[in-house]
Amino acid sequence: MSTSDLDEFIAASAGVLALPVDPALYPTIRFNLEVTFRLAALVADFRLPDDAEPAPVFRA
Amino acid sequence: MFDPAQASALDIARAVAEGATTASAVVEAALARIAALNPVLNAFTDMTVERARARAAAIDARRAKGEPVGPLAGVPFAVKNLFDIAGLPTRAGSKINRDRPPAERDSPLIERLEAAGAVLVGALNMGEYAYDFTGENVHDGPSRNPHDPARMTGGSSGGSAGAVAGRLVPLALGSDTNGSIRVPASLCGVFGLKPTYGRLTRARTFPFVASLDHVGPFACSVGDLAASYDAMQGPDADDPVCAARPAEPTAPTLATGLGGLRIAIAGGYFHHGLSPEGHTALATVGAALGVTRAIEWPEPARARAAAYVITCTEGAALHIDRLRTRPQDFDPAVRDRLIAGAMVPAGMVIQAQKFRRWYQARILELFKEVDAVLLPATPCTAPRIGQDTFTLDGVEMPVRANLGIYTQPISFVGLPVVAVPVPLTPLPIAVQIVAAPWREDVALRIAYALEKRGVVAAPTPAV
Repeated sequence: MSTSDLDEFIAASAGVLALPVDPALYPTIRFNLEVTFRLAALVADFRLPDDAEPAPVFRA
Repeated sequence: MFDPAQASALDIARAVAEGATTASAVVEAALARIAALNPVLNAFTDMTVERARARAAAIDARRAKGEPVGPLAGVPFAVKNLFDIAGLPTRAGSKINRDRPPAERDSPLIERLEAAGAVLVGALNMGEYAYDFTGENVHDGPSRNPHDPARMTGGSSGGSAGAVAGRLVPLALGSDTNGSIRVPASLCGVFGLKPTYGRLTRARTFPFVASLDHVGPFACSVGDLAASYDAMQGPDADDPVCAARPAEPTAPTLATGLGGLRIAIAGGYFHHGLSPEGHTALATVGAALGVTRAIEWPEPARARAAAYVITCTEGAALHIDRLRTRPQDFDPAVRDRLIAGAMVPAGMVIQAQKFRRWYQARILELFKEVDAVLLPATPCTAPRIGQDTFTLDGVEMPVRANLGIYTQPISFVGLPVVAVPVPLTPLPIAVQIVAAPWREDVALRIAYALEKRGVVAAPTPAV
C-alpha cells in the first residue's frame, strides 16, 4: 500500500474505532502497520487446509 | 561471617533454619543494599519495608518456638510491578494504572512464596504494560544493568533481572509473553525460568496477551530457581489457563545427571543475526554437554511473525479504552504500536492462530526425537540505554523489536525454557535450554549440570 493509502486506512480505522489519533502520529502508526502487515503476509503465505483449527479452542 | 548479599536463597534459608542468622537480619541487609544501590540500578519502584520487617519478625518468632519456617525461610524477594501486592495499585509499568485502587490481595505466587517462608520486599521496574524488550520506562526511568549501568537490562522484566544480578535480592518474579524473562536474564547474566504455558498461575497479575502470558522466577543459581519454582507450582481456579496438574517438584531431580537425555542445537534461523558473543556462548554450552546433533527448527520466522501479529492485536484489544481516553498518558512507543494493532484486520489474527496450531503439532513431533534443544537467548550482549539500532549480520535493525527474535518462536507454543547465563567478559549472554511441554525438570537438570561444570554462572556485578 502507498503512504497515502495507509494514511487513509489509519484515518478511517480511527474513526470506526473511535480512537482520537493525531495526524502527527500517522508516520509511526504507519511504520508499525507496515511491519505488521509484512509479517502477517508471511504467515498468510503458508498454506493451511480449510479445516485447520485455530490454536485457542473453546470447549463447552 | 554469614553475608546475605553473597548468599544464595537456599543458603539463606538454611542459615535461618539453623539459627546461624535471623530472617530479620537478612531482610535488613537486603533493605540496606537496595537503599545503597537502587539509586544507580533503578530496579525497585515500590518498597514494602514495614510488611517485610513484620514478616521477618514472625518467621524468627516461629523458629524461636521450634515451629517449621519453610524451605525459603527469610529469603527476600521482589516482583515485577504487574503482580498485585495488597495495598498498592498495580502499575504494570504505566502512568495510567497508578490511578487504580490499591490491590486488595496479593498475587497467589506471592502468597505461595511467602507460605514457603520468603519475604516480599518490594515491586520492580518494567517496560510499560510489558510491551518491551529494553527495560526502559518513560515514567520511572530505565532499569540499569548491574554489569554496566549505562546499558540496558533488557525487558520487559528489567527490574527483576537487574535486582537479582545486582544482588539486591536473591529471587525475583517476572513475566514473559514473547521473551520478557529470557531477554533480561541474558543481558543481565542471571538464570531465568519461563515455565510451560499454564504451569504457574497468573491470577492477580496485570495481563498483556492472554494467550501468550507466562510468569516465572529469576535467580543466581539453578538450585534457587528450582526451589522457588517448586514453591509456586500447583493448580489455581483463579486462572482459567492454569493447568489442573499437581506440583511436580524439580529440586529433587536436579542432580540426577544427563544420562540418556537427547540434546540438540538448532541451526538456521537461530544463527542468523547472532553476534560473535552469542555464537561463543552457544558453542561453549554445546561443547560442555557434548552435543553433536543439529536440528532444523520448523518455521521459526513464521512463528515469530505470527506471535508478533497476535501480540499487537490482543494487546490493543486489552488497552482500547485507555487508548481512547488517555492516549497522552502512554509511553508513545507503546501507544503507537497498540493503535496500529487495533487496526489490524481480524483475518490476519485468525490465520496466525491457525498457523500456531500447525506449528505446535510440528514442535511436538520434534520433541519425540530430542529431549532438549539449545538456542541463543538474545542476538547480542546488552546494548546501551537509548540505543535505537544495532547491526546484525551487517544489517542495521531496530533494537526494540529484534532483541526477542530467538525467544518469540518458543513462547509462541508455550514451551518451558531455562535461560542460562554464560559469564563472558565484559558482558554476559544467555543460552536457552528448551524442553518439551511440562518438562521443566529436563531443562533444569541440564542447567544444573552446566552450572556444576562451571560453564554457566551469574557473574559478580560491577556495581
